[in-house]
Amino acid sequence: MGTDTPGIPIGGGIEAGIDRTRPHATRGTYLEVVHSWIVTVDHKKLGILYISYALVFLLVAGVEALMIRVQLFFPHNTFVTPATFNRLFTMHGTTMVFLMGMPLLFGFGNYLVPLMIGARDMAFPRLNAFSFWISAFAGLLLYYSFIGGVGLAGTGSAPDVAWFAYAPLTERAFSPGHTVDYWAIAILASGIGSIGTAINIIATVFCMRCKGMTLMRIPLLPWLYATMSFLTLITISPLTAAQAMLLIDRYLGGHFFDTQAGGSAILWAHFFWIFGHPEVYVLILPGFAFANEIIPVFSRKAIFGYSAMVAASVGIAFISTGVWAHHMFTIGMTSFGNAFFTLSTMLVSIPTGIKTFNWLATVWGGRIRFETPMLFSIAFLFQWVIAGLTGIMLSISAWDWQLHNSYFVVAHFHYVLVGALVFIVFAAIYYWYPKITGRMLDERLGKWHFWLMVIGFHMTFDVMHFPGLLGMPRQIYTYEPDRGWTLMNQIVSIGGFIQAIAVLILVYNMVHSYFRGDEAGPDPWDAWTLEWSIPSPPPPYNFAIDPVVASRRPLWDLKHPEDPDSAFE
Amino acid sequence: MSTIPLEHVRDEAPWRLPSRGVIAMTGLIIAESAIFTIFVAAYLYYIGRDVSGPTPREVLEIPFFGTVCLLSSSGFIMIAERAIEHGKMAAFTGWWAFTILLGGIFLADTGIEWYKLIVHDHLTINTNLFGTCFYSLVGLHASHVIVGLIMMLVVLVCAVGRKVHPQHAARVKVLAMYWHFVDGVWVVVFSVVYIIGR
Repeated sequence: MGTDTPGIPIGGGIEAGIDRTRPHATRGTYLEVVHSWIVTVDHKKLGILYISYALVFLLVAGVEALMIRVQLFFPHNTFVTPATFNRLFTMHGTTMVFLMGMPLLFGFGNYLVPLMIGARDMAFPRLNAFSFWISAFAGLLLYYSFIGGVGLAGTGSAPDVAWFAYAPLTERAFSPGHTVDYWAIAILASGIGSIGTAINIIATVFCMRCKGMTLMRIPLLPWLYATMSFLTLITISPLTAAQAMLLIDRYLGGHFFDTQAGGSAILWAHFFWIFGHPEVYVLILPGFAFANEIIPVFSRKAIFGYSAMVAASVGIAFISTGVWAHHMFTIGMTSFGNAFFTLSTMLVSIPTGIKTFNWLATVWGGRIRFETPMLFSIAFLFQWVIAGLTGIMLSISAWDWQLHNSYFVVAHFHYVLVGALVFIVFAAIYYWYPKITGRMLDERLGKWHFWLMVIGFHMTFDVMHFPGLLGMPRQIYTYEPDRGWTLMNQIVSIGGFIQAIAVLILVYNMVHSYFRGDEAGPDPWDAWTLEWSIPSPPPPYNFAIDPVVASRRPLWDLKHPEDPDSAFE
Repeated sequence: MSTIPLEHVRDEAPWRLPSRGVIAMTGLIIAESAIFTIFVAAYLYYIGRDVSGPTPREVLEIPFFGTVCLLSSSGFIMIAERAIEHGKMAAFTGWWAFTILLGGIFLADTGIEWYKLIVHDHLTINTNLFGTCFYSLVGLHASHVIVGLIMMLVVLVCAVGRKVHPQHAARVKVLAMYWHFVDGVWVVVFSVVYIIGR
C-alpha cells in the first residue's frame, strides 16, 4: 500500500483493535439472552428481528395463499366458505405487503446500511427499536383479529374487504363489525414504524458516513435505501391520512366517503392508490439495491454506470408518484385522465430500462460465478423484464378495461412481487447469511431451492395469465365448470405447492446451516464493500477502527493496491 | 470513469456531515406535509358539494387574532434561537415563554371559535361534509400545535431549572424547525378554509 493512498488500515492496525479478551464468552442465561434481544437498540439485532418476523409472516401468508389455491382447485369447491375466502385473500395481501415485505426490507436496510457506510449504528438507535416494536405490535394486532370478537360469519373479525379496502364497503353501514377497524388500526401502527425507520435510514446515510465516503462513493445499496426511504415518507403518509379519514367516518360520523352526504367513494380509491402505487416501488427499490450489490460481485466486474444507476433510481421514485390512477382506469375518469396515466406509467419504464440494461452490461464480459445468489439474481433479471412487460400492457387503459380485476392483473403483480422481489430477496439471503451468522448456507440445498422455486413459480404465474385473458375475475371464491378455467387453475395450484416445498427447503437450510454450516470467514464471496472487511458475525461495535475510503470499492483498493479504483474515480 | 490514472489533488478539507437532528426533522416535516396535503386535497375537492347544513360562508369568521399570534410566534421563536446562540439564557427563556404564550392564545382562539360553531351554529364533525372536513383539517393542525407546545413546555421547564445551556442551541433549533412547520401549515390551512373555501 502506498503511503499516499488512504484506505482501511487493515492489517496490524485493525487486528490490534479487535477485542479478543473473551473469545468464547458464555452468553448468559436464557432470560438474559431474551432480555438482551427485547431491549436491544443495535441495528444488527433489530435487523435480524425484522427479518425473522417477516419470514414468519411469509410462511403464514403463504399458507393463506395455499388455502386460496386449494379452494380454487375445483369449480364449486367447498374447502372454505365464501366469507372465509374473503378473509384469506385480504389477509394474504395485507400480510405480504405490510408484515412481510416492509419489515423484511427494512430489516436488511437496518443491518446493512450502517455497515456499508462505515458507521457504528443507525442515526437514531432508540427510534429504530421503537419502529420495530410498533411494527411487531401491528402484526400481532392484525392477526389477533382472527380470534378477537365474532365476525359476520363466526370466523373471527379478520379483515375481509380486500387489501385495498375500498369505500363504501368499509363504511359502518356495510361493515358493521370490526374487520375494517383491525385493518385500519394495525396498518396505521405499522405505518408509523415505517416512517420512523425511513427517517432513520435517511439520517444515517446523510449523517453517519465514514471519512472519505462522499455521497457518490456510497455503495448503491445505501443510495437505493435512501431513495426508498424518502419515497416511504411521502407514500405511507397518504395511507395514514386516508385511514384516519376512514376511522373518522366509522366512529365520529364523518362523511369523507359517504356518497349520500356528497362525499365520494372514488376519493378513497385515489388516496389509497396514491399510497399503493409508490408502495410497490418502495418494495422493489431495495430489491434493486440487492441486485446492484450481488450481480457485480458474481460477475467479477464493477457495476456498469454507477451515476446512471443513481439517477435512474431517483427518477423511478419521482415518476412513481405520478402513475397511481392506472389502478383506476375503469372507475370513470375522463379520457384525458386515462391517457395521462397511461403515458406516465409508460414513462417509468425508461429509468427502469436503464437499470436493466446496466445490469446486463455489468454481466457482459464478466466471469460469472453461478452460485446460488447469482442464480436467483439471473432469474430476477429475466422475470423482472417479463413482469415489466405485462405492466406496460396493462398501462394501456383500453387494454386494461378488458383485464382490470382479472387474473391477468393478479399474474402481473405476483410476477413482479414473487418473480422479481422474492427471488432477489432469496439471493440476498444466500449472499448475506454468511455475514449475519458466520456460516455458509448449503449450496446443494440452495440449488434445490432455486430450481423448485423456478419450476413452481413459472407453473403458477405463467399459466395464471391465461384464465385472466379468458375472463376469470380476481377475488372470486369459485367458478363455473364450463368456463374452461379448471385445468389452468389446477396447474396454478400445483405450482403453488411446489413453491411451498422450495421455501421449506430454504427454512431447513437456514436452520441447519446455523448449527452445521461451513464457517464463512469475513469475506466468503471476495466482495468489495465495507461489510466484508469485518468478522462474520460482526462484533457489536462493527468497526474496530473507523474506515477511511477513497473509492466506491474500498476492499478492491485494499486487495489490489497496484490497481486501485481510487486512481480512476 | 477514465482509463488513464487520475492525479488526485490532495484535498485535506475537513470531513463535514450534516446534522442528524436537522435531517430527521426535515424528514418528519416531509411526512407530515404529505398527511396534511391529503386532508387539504379532500377539503378542496369537497368545497361546494354539501347536500345540507351550514355552509362555510354562513358560519365561518376569519380568526384574525389567533392567526396573528401564531404567525408572529415564529418571529419570536427566532429571537429566542438567536438568544441561545449568543449565550443569553435569560433572554432565551423569556422569548421562548412568550412564544408558548402566543401558541396558547391561538389554541384558545380556536377553542372559542369551535364553541361558537358547535353550540350556536350546530356544526359538528358529523353534521355535513363541510363539518367533517373542517374539524378534521383544523383539528389535525391544532393537534400538531398542542404537540409542539408540549415539547416547548418541556424545554421551558428545563430552561427555568437552568438545565438548558448554549451548547443545546442545535437541539432547540430542531424543535424550532417543527414550530416553523406548524406555522407554515397554518398559512395553508387558513388560506384553504377561510379564503378559498368561503
